[in-house]
Amino acid sequence: MATPKSRPRDGYPGRALALILVATVGLVALMFGTGHKTPRLGIDLAGGTSITLTATSKDPAAINKASMDLAVGIIQQRVNGMGVSEAEVQTQGDKNIIVNIPDGGDQQTAIKQVGDTAKLYFRPVLTYAPSGQPTADPSASPSTAPSGSAAPSGAATPSPAASGAAATGATPSASASASKAGRAVSGALQADPTASASAPAASPSAAASPTAPVDPATPPADPAVAALQQQFAALDCSDAKQRQALNNNQADPTKPTVACSFKDEESGVKGQKVWNKFVLGPVALNGGDVAKASAGFDTQQAAGWQVQLSFTDAGSKAFAAVTGQLATQQSPANQFAIVLDGKVVSHPYVSQSITGGNAVISGNFGQEEAKGLANVLSFGALPLDFTKSDVTTVSPQLGGEQLKAGLIAGLIGMVLVVIYSLVYYRGLGLVSIAGLMVSAALTYAIMSLLGAGIGFALNLPAVCGAIVAIGITADSFIVYFERIRDEVREGAPLRPAVQRAWPRARRTILVSDFVSFLCAAVLYLVSVGKVQGFAFTLGLTTLLDVVVIFLFTKPLITLLARTKFFSSGHKWSGLDPKRLGARPPIRSSRRRGPAPSAPKEA
Amino acid sequence: MSRFGNIGHRLYQGEISFDFVGRRKLWYSISGVIVLVAAIGLAMGLHLGIEFKGGSVYTVNKPGLSVSQAQDAANKITHDSTALVQKTDKGDVRIQVSSASEVDAETFTEQLAKDLGVPQNEVNAQVIGPSWGHEISQKALLGLVIFMVLVTIYLAVAFEWRMALAALVALIHDLLITIGVYALVGFEVTPGTVIGFLTILGYSLYDTVVVFDTVKENTRGIAKQNKRTYSEAANLGLNQTLVRSINTTVVALLPVAALLFIGGGLLGAGTLNDISLALFIGLAAGAYSSICVATPLLAQLKEATPEMKDLAKRVALRRAADAKAAAEQAGDTRAEDGEQDGDVPAGMVGQRNQPVGRARGKGRPSGKH
Repeated sequence: MATPKSRPRDGYPGRALALILVATVGLVALMFGTGHKTPRLGIDLAGGTSITLTATSKDPAAINKASMDLAVGIIQQRVNGMGVSEAEVQTQGDKNIIVNIPDGGDQQTAIKQVGDTAKLYFRPVLTYAPSGQPTADPSASPSTAPSGSAAPSGAATPSPAASGAAATGATPSASASASKAGRAVSGALQADPTASASAPAASPSAAASPTAPVDPATPPADPAVAALQQQFAALDCSDAKQRQALNNNQADPTKPTVACSFKDEESGVKGQKVWNKFVLGPVALNGGDVAKASAGFDTQQAAGWQVQLSFTDAGSKAFAAVTGQLATQQSPANQFAIVLDGKVVSHPYVSQSITGGNAVISGNFGQEEAKGLANVLSFGALPLDFTKSDVTTVSPQLGGEQLKAGLIAGLIGMVLVVIYSLVYYRGLGLVSIAGLMVSAALTYAIMSLLGAGIGFALNLPAVCGAIVAIGITADSFIVYFERIRDEVREGAPLRPAVQRAWPRARRTILVSDFVSFLCAAVLYLVSVGKVQGFAFTLGLTTLLDVVVIFLFTKPLITLLARTKFFSSGHKWSGLDPKRLGARPPIRSSRRRGPAPSAPKEA
Repeated sequence: MSRFGNIGHRLYQGEISFDFVGRRKLWYSISGVIVLVAAIGLAMGLHLGIEFKGGSVYTVNKPGLSVSQAQDAANKITHDSTALVQKTDKGDVRIQVSSASEVDAETFTEQLAKDLGVPQNEVNAQVIGPSWGHEISQKALLGLVIFMVLVTIYLAVAFEWRMALAALVALIHDLLITIGVYALVGFEVTPGTVIGFLTILGYSLYDTVVVFDTVKENTRGIAKQNKRTYSEAANLGLNQTLVRSINTTVVALLPVAALLFIGGGLLGAGTLNDISLALFIGLAAGAYSSICVATPLLAQLKEATPEMKDLAKRVALRRAADAKAAAEQAGDTRAEDGEQDGDVPAGMVGQRNQPVGRARGKGRPSGKH
């Protein structure tokens, strides 16, 4: 009909067939070649824990893509830090984050930890010390201002307070008061047997941190303080496990705590890096008090990269008060630590009270670092909280059985469809079986490859989608077959019938597949959770249906129409004109009533 | 089998014909009653799964574990007796605890594992926030609305607005029926069910689109002739696609049925079952609605246009003329037939009024303008 005159009436079916067969074989070969022989299974099939976190916020604008992506990054870091391999963290919809933790890791801890919002705190530094580098050179020169770590000693004991890595704690400092700062610090001292005696502590300043709720009268023997000292002493920040343990043990914001630095920092020795450990005071400000943070290059003083902060109204006041306090302290108690998830991201020192709600954090930042810190601060500024909407723990055994049941159901469904089409369409039924098989092979190969490529994981709803798709694929065959049979009924010989049926069947198939695909696409884009996996499979198989019918079914039937078995209308071909009640040309005049002539007008 | 194939052929030729369009009042009343019942069911409320209420579900797989044992253990942990304990077909014990109980999942899992003497990782836990089900449904509803708008626009462009409207009505009809069945029977609505509902969208329209495609073909240039009205042409299209509709529905239902009875049967309640149950009901409703609701409605909408009214008049006139001519030729019995023509489906006209063929020449000049 619409076939251009320049080529054979029924086109070049061989080319299309060769194309799809090459594509199928190629995909399957790629699948085996890359070793991704099975689709990646979702948590509900493979076993493991799936946690859906939903962001909640009083300010809906705070839940945006940027903040969600940041949250994903932080959660990812956190989950992987827990020693879970191949954990998967991704956003879903506008305000959900899915965390999939495969079997094997410490799932109970993961469930506990993962939903806690990454919390950003500003805490005064009570003391700090390098950790895990006992060989650090004590005579290191100061390379960064705050890296000197003289420790004010508690209980008026004039104990030596410079820590190993940084004898630069040039300012002799001591705290005469029995404040908790002092007490905490005695822990630091115990942790630092290498401390040099050259820096006697002599800071007269009282109350290191006025925000400390700890009763100053408590003697150093206070079990909580003792515990803190012990903790600090025992802490080895170069040990990743210990750092995680700290992270897991999220500190009470109203109490002093110990912490490690976020990553290893420059030590006094040039090029040498150490982990630092801290004793931190109670939280002075939290991330919610930061209105905005950005990284910028300090052009005026060419001091390098820095992070500009602006606080909220309440934050400004609190910050002014805290910095005012800190400025009166001696190093290292004149620093405040920016603590994210229990780790000290940065610990700039304060030289004067910072009022006006703006602050600049400078240090030896590179561009990346400054930007990272600004990100962290901005994220902390967002009052994003996550609630666990859905936590599913599935043992692989149960998941495996669900998969098995799904596969059995799919197989039986397929067999039923095959039987039905064989009984009803006979020879043509074989074509539909071949088509289903090509479709199944393509679906399987693509799913396996997508698992490796974009992390597509086959979950139970997706299996359902694939099974439902058997029906969709078979539907297209039926539409085409019925069209051919209609043409045969009209009295057309098979070869022209196959060609004449195609444009009309093609339109019907395209229109209905488009509707199906539209449905899948809309669902995929809008929906969350299980619905998405289902929509993805449905969309994929609908697309494949179009590919298979165009490149496989149609060319195959065209070829078959050239065989004697089909073109002669063998009674097993499914195209037996007699069985279809075709009108033999001679009788056509008698038969041609107004009704049957209708399709011809089309 | 051959008889069935034969029916296909006779349907196609219009030798036998079911008057779907003509009996639209019957279908409308049937659908009206079903929708009404569904609405009553909806008013009674859906049986929402734990995803909508919040809470946790624990599945324990331990041979020989009885429901009462599990119930006792659960009661001990929650300190009340609100936990819902069921045995699944497969032998698992499912314990549902509402979010009202203050015990968190880890504690519950730990305790349960200890009390029942199973390893902790043999206890599957699902904890659901009360808003999760609503979140899923809300998103699904949003998706539904967006899809309906888009598909209506698409159908209006690809076909015409009346077809889009009829398809939309049929779609809503299917959804209402499916949800109504859920409400009446009291099946649990879970996110899986929501997925099932959503798939009905695609399928219901798929069916309708196949039928409308043929109807469109049959009615192309229909105003240029006077042999049949739009309704009759639509009905013929329906009959011609009837075998196809039945086949596609059967083929679509087979895997879903396998999923429902085998997948679900092996596992008891679960996502597989939820999706396939909703699909099964929806597919059946979809097949019915595309034939008995969408097309009759389309015909009704079309017949209201001046063009089609005009055509209907011309067809009636012509039939009267034909009948008169036939009566003159063949006697009184023919005349009666002619009068009934209006009610007789298109296919029958062709068969019964053989003389029409001969009268063609006479009819045409008056019919064409």
